[in-house]
Amino acid sequence: MGTLEIRGLTVRYGRGRSAVTVLHGIDLDVPDGGVLGLVGESGSGKSTVARAVAGLVRPAAGSIRLDGVEVRGAADRRVQMVFQDPYASLNPRMAVGESIEEVLAVHTPLARRDRAAEAARLLDLVRLPAQVAGRHPGDLSGGMRQRVAIARALAARPEMLVADEITSALDASVQAAVLNLLRDIRRELGLSMLFISHNLAVVRYVSDDVAVLNLGRVVETGPADALVGSPRHPYTRELVDAVPRLPAPGDHLAG
Amino acid sequence: MSNRSRRAALTGPLGVASLILVAAFVVLAVVAPPLWGERADLVDPGAMNQGPGPGHPLGTDNLGRDILARALVATRLSLAMALVATLAGAVAGTALGVLPTAFGPRVRRWFAAVIDVWLAFPVLLLAMFVAIMLGTGTTASVIALALTMVPSFARLAQTLSASVGGSEYLAAAKVLGIPRHRQLLRYVLPNIAEPLILNTTISVGGGLLALSSLSFLGIGVKAPDYDWGRMLGEGLSAIYTTPTAALAPAVMIVLAGVAFSMLGETLAKAVRGDAGSTAPRRAVRERPAPLAAEERDDDVLLDVAGLRVTFPGGVTPVREVTFRVRPGEIVGIVGESGSGKSVTALAVAGLLPASAAVHADRLTFDGHDLRGRTEAELRGLLGTRLGFVPQDPMTSLNPALRVGRQLAEVVEHHSGTPRASAWRLAVERLAGVRIADPERRAAQFPHEYSGGMRQRALIAMAQMERPKLIIADEPTTALDVTVQRHVLRLIAEASREHGTAAIVVSHDIALLAGLCTRLLVMYSGRIVEEIDVAALPRAAHPYTRALLGALPDLDTDRSLPLTTIPGRPPTPAEFGAGCAFAPRCGLAAPECEDDDPPLLTLDGGRRLACPRAHKETVHGNA
Repeated sequence: MGTLEIRGLTVRYGRGRSAVTVLHGIDLDVPDGGVLGLVGESGSGKSTVARAVAGLVRPAAGSIRLDGVEVRGAADRRVQMVFQDPYASLNPRMAVGESIEEVLAVHTPLARRDRAAEAARLLDLVRLPAQVAGRHPGDLSGGMRQRVAIARALAARPEMLVADEITSALDASVQAAVLNLLRDIRRELGLSMLFISHNLAVVRYVSDDVAVLNLGRVVETGPADALVGSPRHPYTRELVDAVPRLPAPGDHLAG
Repeated sequence: MSNRSRRAALTGPLGVASLILVAAFVVLAVVAPPLWGERADLVDPGAMNQGPGPGHPLGTDNLGRDILARALVATRLSLAMALVATLAGAVAGTALGVLPTAFGPRVRRWFAAVIDVWLAFPVLLLAMFVAIMLGTGTTASVIALALTMVPSFARLAQTLSASVGGSEYLAAAKVLGIPRHRQLLRYVLPNIAEPLILNTTISVGGGLLALSSLSFLGIGVKAPDYDWGRMLGEGLSAIYTTPTAALAPAVMIVLAGVAFSMLGETLAKAVRGDAGSTAPRRAVRERPAPLAAEERDDDVLLDVAGLRVTFPGGVTPVREVTFRVRPGEIVGIVGESGSGKSVTALAVAGLLPASAAVHADRLTFDGHDLRGRTEAELRGLLGTRLGFVPQDPMTSLNPALRVGRQLAEVVEHHSGTPRASAWRLAVERLAGVRIADPERRAAQFPHEYSGGMRQRALIAMAQMERPKLIIADEPTTALDVTVQRHVLRLIAEASREHGTAAIVVSHDIALLAGLCTRLLVMYSGRIVEEIDVAALPRAAHPYTRALLGALPDLDTDRSLPLTTIPGRPPTPAEFGAGCAFAPRCGLAAPECEDDDPPLLTLDGGRRLACPRAHKETVHGNA
């Protein structure tokens, strides 16, 4: 199960008079096994949503519930997060296998010798060979590191995966592989997902529903194709218009 | 940092000397007391205050004890005290500095305040005070010294762990539910250990001096124990009769202090990996072959042939790149990281560092050969004719200068335009890139601009002199999509209204397709395909096709997986003889690995570096 319900989520940074409100009481829903895409530009507060759901930021008001139960801070196993920068989110001093087994030790009853086998299975799930377990993050490419980060998040057996700009540091061909992987994992594990990106085309490709965030407020939500096909809010329209398009076969370019 | 440079630091003269000295002291500390302990304690009333002689190489002290033996035996106590005190201080300080990382901001503020106050006390004064409070003696002085070392270690650990505390991998560990003690032991400590260990080593030398000072002052080691400091204190009274009594311990203190400090410095250097760093050799500019007259072409603004860039160490990120840009045309260079697209753009703009060797068979801009020019000649040639728009608008403007001033300086410098009219022109150009209220904005500083406005100001700057060519290196990568569109529109406008040609470099093929008329697709330092944007749906090179298929757009079929390219691109150091894309290519045949396919010109100015794809296109069209 993994139905996420965000109600009236308000987040402020700073204290007293210098406090800045970055999220103004937003509501979001991710159905069980569904993918909600969250799109917005810098300063829209989309990363703050990710950090709040993962428990890294304490909301000033509002509730975040998973299957009706309030998410208990960062240590809540049910919500796991994959970060933007695969070069920064893995401990450079730990071998990949060790990083994954460490999570298994905390969250599963597996015996020590079974953990290595489970780590290999998780690496296989993200299409990485088992030998990667012995390598350190410094020896891996950006795309491989991001796969490791996904495998490590899955090790906690989450019900909800938060993916915050996980492909924006990757090259186009690597991004495609990671996006395909997310699709497959979702199908294989029935995982619910909050997928955050500034790239509307990427969000549309991955998500069932899309929410558009602007200056800390949700301005439009809807099924991915409908929202992109006929945007209603002027800001959504601006975002859709701004996405560069490739000429389709038979297109006649003006000018 | 490489292992080689680490080793170089340790095997350098300083490193070897410090290692030998420290090793000698350690050996001495172990063997001296059993060997010479008895002799050092032997009181000989018949031989007091003797000078150096056959029985006593350095003479005797006021009780007739052998000074050399005592100085050697004292090594153990002196070093042990310094080591214990430093280690205790380091452990306690590190704990004090690191622990708050695992707690909330309030705890962190409290710990920081404690450390600040503690740091404010003068070290030796505090040590003396504590030593006297604790009743003097060996243990008391060690505790006193350890306490004075705590705050500096705490501050160092605090600063280091704060950077780890803000890291994504620690945030990831928190989300993954890694317990707090493990977060500290496996995530924070290993990533801050190196500087702490270095500081400990260096502090041993300082600790030795401080402990000796305490003993010298009579509030350290008490008789019958003795360390160098006490020997020095007692020997000083007889400095005129038997100078060796004071000199021997003094020499030992200085040697040991220097040895540990030197070892610390050497280790630090090894960790930084900067030992024996060789300054980059300045590349020799190649003498160009004279330009053949018939190759001049009025319809070509920029003519590049056989461009090759080599960086120090023999890495060649750009190989045999040939292309032309006609006046008023917008050409896109697309490729992934490491493809050489930015290096190509920078080489044409003359902006590569001096250590890069640029070779070209032809490099002609607006009728001028750019090869073999000095820096000054190049600036003169390109200054007014070529505008450059850099990738990062945040770091490309001088933060201390008003934006209008920075724009005005361009024309003042290149064409000697008077100050007032240069300013007017700057305001006009800012208005031209749709900056509202340009008079007020021109008088503002870069920090008062948003990212998009800065990039627009940079485009305005590139256009101050109405250049013939604008080179833009990933001009919108750092910008939001809606801002990106405005910025691209400005480049298109300049082209349409003033006939300015442009080379736009990007990793985003869709973005370039919306802006350019022609695309150069680069892979591993070479152009693999040149194609009109309108013909993109019929792109032939397997890499171009993969790039197009890998990028989702708003019409991508969501039920199908995206095209991916197996493997990863080679780094410039790995470029081999064959086609660089062959290992990842679906069309590859054995012969692709042998020879790099030449870039062949097809109909309509199209170029393609893949004979197999070429065969397919020909058959497909037939």
